[in-house]
Amino acid sequence: MKTNLIPAIRLTVVMLILTSVIYPLVVAGIAKLAPGGGKGVTVEAKGRVVGYALIGQKFTDDRYFNSRPSAVEYNAAGSAGSNKGPSNPDYLKMVQARIDTFLVHNPTVKKADIPAELVTASGSGLDPDLSPAAAKIQIARIAKVRSLPTERLTQLVDANTNGPLLGLFGPSTVNVLKLNVALDQLR
Amino acid sequence: MATQSSSPSLFQGDLVRTAIRESFVKLNPAILIKNPVMFTVEVGTLIMVLVTIYIGVSGDQTQGSLGYNITITLILLLTLLFANFAEAIAEARGKAQAESLRKTRQETPAKVIRAVGNMYTNEVQTISSAQLKKGDVFLCEPGDIIPSDGEIIEGLATIDESAITGESAPVIREAGGDKSSVTGGTKVLSDRIKVQVTTQPGESFLDKMIALVEGASRQKTPNEIALTILLAGFTLIFIIVCVALKPFADYANTPITIAALISLFVCLIPTTIGGLLSAIGIAGMDRALRANVIAKSGRAVETAGDIDTLLLDKTGTITIGNRKATNFYPAPGVKQADMVRIAALSSLADETPEGKSIVELAGADVTRHLNTTGSKLIKFTAETRSSGIDLVTGERIRKGATDSIRNIVERVGNHFPAETDAKAKEIAANGGTPLVVTENEEVKGVVELQDIIKPGIAERFDRLRKMGVKTVMVTGDNPLTAKFIAEKAGVDDFIAEAKPEDKMQYIRHEQTGGKLVAMMGDGTNDAPALAQADVGVAMNSGTQAAKEAGNMVDLDNDPTKLIEVVEIGKQLLITRGTLTTFSIANDVAKYFAIVPALFITSIPALQAINIMRLHSAESAILSAVIFNAIIIPMLIPLALRGVEYKPIGASALLRQNLLLYGVGGVIAPFIGIKLIDLVIGLFV
Amino acid sequence: MFSEWTGIAVMYGLTVLLAIPLGKFIANVFADKPNLLDFMRPIERLIYRLGGVDETQEMSWKASLLALLTINAVWLIYAFVLLLVQGSLPLNPDGNPSMTPDLAFNTAISFLVNCDLQHYSGESGATYLTQLGVFNFLMFVSAATGIAALMLIVRSFLPKSVDTVGNFYVYFVKAITRILLPLSLVLSLVLVFNGTPASFDGKDSVVTMQGDTVGVSRGPAAAMIGIKHIGTNGGGYFGANSAHPLENPNYLTNMAEMVAQVIIPIAMIFALGFLINRKKFALMIYGVMTIGVLMLLVPTLISELHGNPAIARMGVAQPTGAMEGKEVRFGPVASGYWSILTTVISTGSVNSMHDSSMPVSGMMQLLGMMTGAFYGGCGVGILNFYYFLIIAVFISGLMVGRTPEFFGRKVEAREIKIASIVALVSTLLVKGGTALAAWLFVNYPEAAWTVKPSAWLNNPGYHGFSEMLYEFTSANANNGSGFEGLGDNNFFWNYATGIVLLLGRFLPIIGPVAIAGLLARKKYVPESSGTLPTDNGTFGLMVFAVIMIITALSFFPALTLGPLAEYFSLK
Repeated sequence: MKTNLIPAIRLTVVMLILTSVIYPLVVAGIAKLAPGGGKGVTVEAKGRVVGYALIGQKFTDDRYFNSRPSAVEYNAAGSAGSNKGPSNPDYLKMVQARIDTFLVHNPTVKKADIPAELVTASGSGLDPDLSPAAAKIQIARIAKVRSLPTERLTQLVDANTNGPLLGLFGPSTVNVLKLNVALDQLR
Repeated sequence: MATQSSSPSLFQGDLVRTAIRESFVKLNPAILIKNPVMFTVEVGTLIMVLVTIYIGVSGDQTQGSLGYNITITLILLLTLLFANFAEAIAEARGKAQAESLRKTRQETPAKVIRAVGNMYTNEVQTISSAQLKKGDVFLCEPGDIIPSDGEIIEGLATIDESAITGESAPVIREAGGDKSSVTGGTKVLSDRIKVQVTTQPGESFLDKMIALVEGASRQKTPNEIALTILLAGFTLIFIIVCVALKPFADYANTPITIAALISLFVCLIPTTIGGLLSAIGIAGMDRALRANVIAKSGRAVETAGDIDTLLLDKTGTITIGNRKATNFYPAPGVKQADMVRIAALSSLADETPEGKSIVELAGADVTRHLNTTGSKLIKFTAETRSSGIDLVTGERIRKGATDSIRNIVERVGNHFPAETDAKAKEIAANGGTPLVVTENEEVKGVVELQDIIKPGIAERFDRLRKMGVKTVMVTGDNPLTAKFIAEKAGVDDFIAEAKPEDKMQYIRHEQTGGKLVAMMGDGTNDAPALAQADVGVAMNSGTQAAKEAGNMVDLDNDPTKLIEVVEIGKQLLITRGTLTTFSIANDVAKYFAIVPALFITSIPALQAINIMRLHSAESAILSAVIFNAIIIPMLIPLALRGVEYKPIGASALLRQNLLLYGVGGVIAPFIGIKLIDLVIGLFV
Repeated sequence: MFSEWTGIAVMYGLTVLLAIPLGKFIANVFADKPNLLDFMRPIERLIYRLGGVDETQEMSWKASLLALLTINAVWLIYAFVLLLVQGSLPLNPDGNPSMTPDLAFNTAISFLVNCDLQHYSGESGATYLTQLGVFNFLMFVSAATGIAALMLIVRSFLPKSVDTVGNFYVYFVKAITRILLPLSLVLSLVLVFNGTPASFDGKDSVVTMQGDTVGVSRGPAAAMIGIKHIGTNGGGYFGANSAHPLENPNYLTNMAEMVAQVIIPIAMIFALGFLINRKKFALMIYGVMTIGVLMLLVPTLISELHGNPAIARMGVAQPTGAMEGKEVRFGPVASGYWSILTTVISTGSVNSMHDSSMPVSGMMQLLGMMTGAFYGGCGVGILNFYYFLIIAVFISGLMVGRTPEFFGRKVEAREIKIASIVALVSTLLVKGGTALAAWLFVNYPEAAWTVKPSAWLNNPGYHGFSEMLYEFTSANANNGSGFEGLGDNNFFWNYATGIVLLLGRFLPIIGPVAIAGLLARKKYVPESSGTLPTDNGTFGLMVFAVIMIITALSFFPALTLGPLAEYFSLK
């Protein structure tokens, strides 16, 4: 036992220094060169920080492109999904309620066109994105509330759409915060 | 009573009766605990008996109807009996086989010679063979049945061994040398011998074999132990699965009856292989016995399947009997008739088969006129490596191997003719053995001895090669001759000019390389090698020492028997492997029968996994346990006969067996359970 | 949609393409052949000197296991103590509290065994000190332990009978200096330049465009996320793990993290092939594992893309499949792919919430963990595969008429006994644990614990059962993912899964190392044409059948009551 215990303790100390001190400090040091300096990239509007580019925000106002439902109400001091199982009756009732609410706010939209992501919560509760379809389905409502032509809003969504990585890999997304910042800047 | 590997019907009436009786005796938990799989079935059966009694007394219907519980209990009991029957019938068959051999030697009068100190008197006393003890000496005269195994200490006799071997030609046994052993039950035809008893009563090889088969002293082989552990592991896993099912079902608000849980458990554990495992092992030894090979342990049979290297004596195995003289080649300037006469003279007193064949080839016309009265015989010695005769007329006649004769000839300053030398080499290169004959140290010519290779032996070696077994021919011939025969017969390697210690060395060498080696032998000087070999088969005609050293005894004295022994070993292992696979593969279908049945009432959606569309929950469970029970007797013939071994390469064999017993094992119970369910549907 | 399929195709292709040279490199590292990182030699020498390790010492398998267990015990005590008092230690800008003893017990073990079942949430349950000093540290050493353990069995494949299996400490140190540290650094930097935080600044607070005030947790995350994937650990810096936008900012980082977590498990297969000079054997293992993964992956993708039938009945469109618990930037294909790969290897990080997966996907995730041998964790994947190999060799050896042998050594009762015990314990832990939980739930719903059994489950019915089954399966497989709806931070779950974690980690290491140690000492029998070849498709098929049959037979009833029942009732 003793023959193993001493090297075990000594090796533990050495490895602690290597993996818990040197390694993270090297990463933190290099991070200073990265966008945001390793502290997260912020988004500004009207002269103030309105959020972090990567962190989704709660948008429920009809004037804005609404974000997805969130299990943590977009409070990024925590993060979580709903963890509702697909057959959970309470959950299904909640989804039904969201569909009904959405239809009330978007009376021109046909139920069969509502993308499921708008009535289901994301995994992190902080999903910053929507699919282009989920953004575009809200255009009619925003055009009406803001009295803007739908074509301009369509252009805006297209302009804020990030295509697949290198045009080849993964889905297209729209960052809701950046889209809404741009929306506010529309005349 | 010939015991040649006849294949009587698997289920003879009297054997079946014995086996059925034994099936009940074996229900004794003290016996059954040796088989963990079946023991758990017995525990399950007992629980069902208690449950059934409880229902009968209380009338409580929450555990299912009384009739249903009784039926399940009976089927479980039947499962146990079937498994016991499999073992019992295998035992009965093995015992019957051994008994028939033993019968030949029972209760024969023995003429015992009493010893006074170290001296044997001439006083003969007749007692029963059963009273013979180790060390006793008895006398046998023509017509006597030899009362016990033993070793001839004085005399020579022709003996009829057909009772043991089925071979009708009498054999000669004599004191000293390698043919001194006699077997109880055989009959003396001529002459008189004194024999010393070598085994205690009840300790002969046959007795040992019977004990092995009977189970009293049957020990599990290492592989059987390992397999039993694996099966026990599976059994434990299924205990966990079934016990855990209870709280799972409680969570799902589904009541599960004890009968259903125990049925599921019994169906899942590998009862098929568990029930047949010991039968397979016994049947393996029984198959060896039917081939007239007495295995001293089950382990030896198992090891035979693993043999990498097979050492075979050339004579009798690869070639028919002994070499025969086929030609006389006189030296330059020597007349043919002279040379033949000298060759015949050199062999007249030579009792070896080679010598006799020279006389035979010379022909009666020549030999009739030869006169050796008063001449001096020169025996073969290792030093001179030649033999011959000194005639009264003063002629010195010798014959021997080329180099030893060259010594003799050149020592006195004579010339060894180049033509004869060339001829000798040519004979050797063609697989023959040259024997040079001289008269008064002058070369007279060379006799060609030829081996005759057994027909069909090359195919057998080819088959062995495909099994991955390397064959090695052992011969006293010179390397040239040995090489020729080795190539012609298709063996992989040979040991030429072999001395007994060469065999030993070869075996050791192979074993250091990790190989398992088998050999056959008879002589006392073979004993160390027989003991060293992983599988040593001693010939029954061999010396007691050889028989003690080996782990199998071949009653037929047939050197090709090794090949059969290897196949028997392989068959044994394959049968175990395939039935294990079959047994475990069966579980898939049983799950699909029982699991939906357990939950279908409370979770109707699970009807979707009732893919067999079984009639009802109770009939599904019944069908599964019935299938589980009857598959055991259905497979008994396979277990007893063994799954055939085909030398088609390991991967191909695995593919074939996996398809047959793995995929077949998945499909068969689906069909079987569905059919049983249809039948049950008719009654319910 | 097409771009989502190309996305996973490239992720997998890249993984294998990189794993082959990495495998060669790993083989060179452990065979002491020249390699790219030989400049680390002086550092390693220093580590041996400071650590008091004699690098030339040869150890028996028993001595190696003893060394492995001792040093793991030291780490366990260290981690447990630190977590208990983290609230009072420095580097705690958010003022997070110390852990309760049961949570500290579970968490310390969980990271020690390369599982990272997290019954706490990173943002509020850990401090920067413990994130780095405990989690980050244990992630390195646990992964290195797994790799070193695999190295301990290598000699049993070599055609020579030996008594020693190498030096555990040397394997362990090299695994960190030459494999884990460099690769983690690369991944961390990819993350940093895509927006993952790596600073020691505390929580931020912002007023959103709608005027809500919300907090934003940050911290030295990037470094830990690097080793989290390279070491198949899976413990998230943030609660939502790799679904969190800071932990996994975009599709590129998703690809990088995905490749990073699978690369060592696959590379270890090839490394083994190079080390024992039996490439065909390595290909057989790779083939069997890959077919296994595909069989889990395909149904998952189909059912996720198909969407939730219950939501479909409400009449809305599911153009991107089932989206509950998923992030838009990854989509269902990359999420489904991740959910299977992370469960077959022992990472257990998630980029979507498994609790909200479709029932079939949930079953495939469970099966991935139940087998534990399709790729598997760092080093331990092959160790898990090893005992299936032994059982397959045993049965198929018999079927070709020889007493079973594996790489020239006879497989006998002792080896079978060990393999059986390992298989048995794994079943016992998962089924026993779930049975106990189900029993408590039914019989003691109101037991006075922090979370009463009746409040454990976030979902009723079959799915609730799956939550309990998943938790124990994940613990036993040292995976760490969860059906996170389960109320698991309490006395019962912390202790029960803690014990399962320990046994589920160390028995499957001790078992194969012991078997290999016993085999290595045995007489080596050269292969002949009668020997069963273990490096072709036929034997691969046999191994696959053994894995599927043992797993299916052990878990079919449980899966029936959980995901299967849910699937059929949802249909």
